[in-house]
Amino acid sequence: MFKILQKSFSVGSATADYPNISPRLAKQFRGCPEFEFEVWSDARPAAEACPTGAIAFHDSDGVRRVTVDYGRCIYCGECEAASVDGAVRMTRKFELAATDRRDLVLTAEYTLHPDGTHAGLQLAANGPVLEEPGKRIAEAIQNLLGRSLAIRQVDAGSCNGCEQEIVALNNPVHDIERFGIHFVASPRHADMLLVTGPVTRNMELALRKTWAATPDPKLVVAVGACGISGGIFGANYATMGGVDAVIPVDVYIPGCPPRPEALLHGILLALGKTRQRTRSHPFQ
Amino acid sequence: MTTFFDELHVLFPDLVRSVEETVPDQVVVLLNGPDVTAIVRHILTAHQGRIVTVFAEDRVNAEGVFYAYYVFDRPGDPSWVILKAPIPERFPCFTSLAAELPAINWQEREIQDWFGLEAVGHPNPRRVALHDNWPDVHPLRKSFPLDTVLPPFEGERHVYRPTYGEGVFQIPVGPVHAGIIEPGHFNFAVAGEPILYLQLRMFYTHKGTEKLFESLPIHRAVFLAESISGDSAFSHGSAFCQAVERAAEMEVPARAQFLRTILLELERIANHVADVGAIANDVGFVIANAHAGRVRELLLGLNETLTGSRVLRGMIAIGGVRRDWRPNQVEAIEKTLKVVEREFRDLVAILQSSDSTRDRLEHTGILRPEKALTLGIVGVAGRASGVDCDIRRDHPYEVYSQLLFKVPVYRAGDVRHRMQVRIDEVGESIQMIRAAVALLPDGPHRAPTQPIPPGRCALSAVEGWRGEIVHWVRTGEGNRIERCKVKDPSINNWPAIVEAVEGNIIADFPVINKSFNLSYSGTDR
Repeated sequence: MFKILQKSFSVGSATADYPNISPRLAKQFRGCPEFEFEVWSDARPAAEACPTGAIAFHDSDGVRRVTVDYGRCIYCGECEAASVDGAVRMTRKFELAATDRRDLVLTAEYTLHPDGTHAGLQLAANGPVLEEPGKRIAEAIQNLLGRSLAIRQVDAGSCNGCEQEIVALNNPVHDIERFGIHFVASPRHADMLLVTGPVTRNMELALRKTWAATPDPKLVVAVGACGISGGIFGANYATMGGVDAVIPVDVYIPGCPPRPEALLHGILLALGKTRQRTRSHPFQ
Repeated sequence: MTTFFDELHVLFPDLVRSVEETVPDQVVVLLNGPDVTAIVRHILTAHQGRIVTVFAEDRVNAEGVFYAYYVFDRPGDPSWVILKAPIPERFPCFTSLAAELPAINWQEREIQDWFGLEAVGHPNPRRVALHDNWPDVHPLRKSFPLDTVLPPFEGERHVYRPTYGEGVFQIPVGPVHAGIIEPGHFNFAVAGEPILYLQLRMFYTHKGTEKLFESLPIHRAVFLAESISGDSAFSHGSAFCQAVERAAEMEVPARAQFLRTILLELERIANHVADVGAIANDVGFVIANAHAGRVRELLLGLNETLTGSRVLRGMIAIGGVRRDWRPNQVEAIEKTLKVVEREFRDLVAILQSSDSTRDRLEHTGILRPEKALTLGIVGVAGRASGVDCDIRRDHPYEVYSQLLFKVPVYRAGDVRHRMQVRIDEVGESIQMIRAAVALLPDGPHRAPTQPIPPGRCALSAVEGWRGEIVHWVRTGEGNRIERCKVKDPSINNWPAIVEAVEGNIIADFPVINKSFNLSYSGTDR
């Protein structure tokens, strides 16, 4: 007993004060890639290198339409390595959660040279809307959920990568309970479902039943590239290609897997959204 | 090796068509027909062989047959023995060995589900990978397109074996579990508190991985390998890359082999530390888990410094690794390990100081050595139950032959000793990493990209933190994979849990399960 106490005192507090203080990221950490559409001379090498099809293009009538989907991206950095013009750069940005799936998709249109390289940028649109988490979120929890949010995690076919980082939310460094948020053992006790995986055919029914068992009002957060779009698995004979193919989703958290701070950001964002929703559609 | 060739030719002249060593440590024995029983018995008895995996391949378009492959490991021999048995399309069946070799019970049923080849004489031939309500499809046949959209499932659900008796009842658990873990269904039969019998239902996370390998170019398939089991991303990625490199006879630069070895051991340490904490947590010793979580964060931070990813993703590549390390990154290893070593020692001391924790862990969830051997249990769980098997020592890859390490083996087979194997291995791995860092040579970190020749087959095995990971590939045209078989150690070890929980109280199930910590996704793919 003495040993245990002595150790605890000598360690002190291990908790990192995210989101008030930015986390200490390694210089090498790969967040989302950024695209300088004006100088991008050719999207094809990046699209060819991309393992999940997050970067895709379609040529017609001498015009190339390029889409970049952060909801498919696994942050591998291959697009940066493949783009010799320096238009694609990996950044350390990780707070990418969005309430609208479309916010995760960038689009650009190029006219083309005969050799297929880009001649001129016609249009560049959309982009992740980065919302600020923080104090107002704490308010939202207090107002709506009595300073307590209960989360039920559902693995709908994930590789267990996202689960590792979700488990890390409970460790003393990330300590999600300091926000009044805790993980519960049953969907019947939950306010939020945190769903990972591309939703396998073998889990589809279980996910539907879990959602039905969660009392209203409820939030659904799709975690990771697989949860958002099916990721590298996409939609195939055994998978549905993402959580929103099966149940409605309120917030999408990109990453493969999203680091714990990115998960926290998304969860807090979802709570902010609940406040917006209650304004326009008060709960009965 | 020649003697083994001759022996098979002499003993089974009618069965063996040819024996060849296409890849240095792999002996492929091509048979005349699908019946392997006699040869398998010979390898098991005369050579004390251990069956590693069994899988199939659809070669109907190319050669007019399916093949079944049986992979064996023989003690003291670094070569794998691979029996290759043709199965004609007109008679799509093979003789089941599951009654004699429970280790391949599920794998034979996978072949039934995925290829539509019948395992004749299987003691329990029901569906396993495709659940009972799936339509009659065989996804790994070449004629089945990956993106087939199946109609909504209707029809029969799985029927569990009923249990009768006064005071006996069944407890269904899952697939959505109480903790933050993967999905699977456990059906307990209990009499009061003690567990009489546990039935497992897995493959909830089956996502068509092996089929998907056949559609991706190899450079993308590496990332799929990282997503087979998220806690073993680097181990599975390594197993896949090694298999392709062996098939293509590609040299991996020495520096890359060292970097890989270091990262493989870092993956082991991070997972073992988390497991030691989680085992303590499941018997209510929460503070130990808090310390373990803290230590794990240090290790994940180091992973991020070394690879850009906390869980070592996006680092492994065909021919080496994607990123080289600067001197300051290499220095970070020792800086972190020094703290981790100290903190982990303190954590173990705290664990050992608690009598009540020891009381819960000792004699709980015992897997007897003789059972472990029959069931073909591998990895941490095997070594805690007397199965002295470690790929790093028995089939050295990367630079393991240059490193000295002990393989901890115990015979008690309880939760306490599965934890002890992990504790010992953390210590060994820290020393191995230090030795590897000291020997780290200069030079390129990746071989130049080259096209992968088609039609080559190779097997590779990696001792992941959980146990033996096996990948077998056949390369195809256009830098693609024709077939990739993935064997995670979990598929060997699930039956061990069924064995270990019997007679234990149901309240101890979580800690027994955690002491194995098997991968659902690795099993289900």
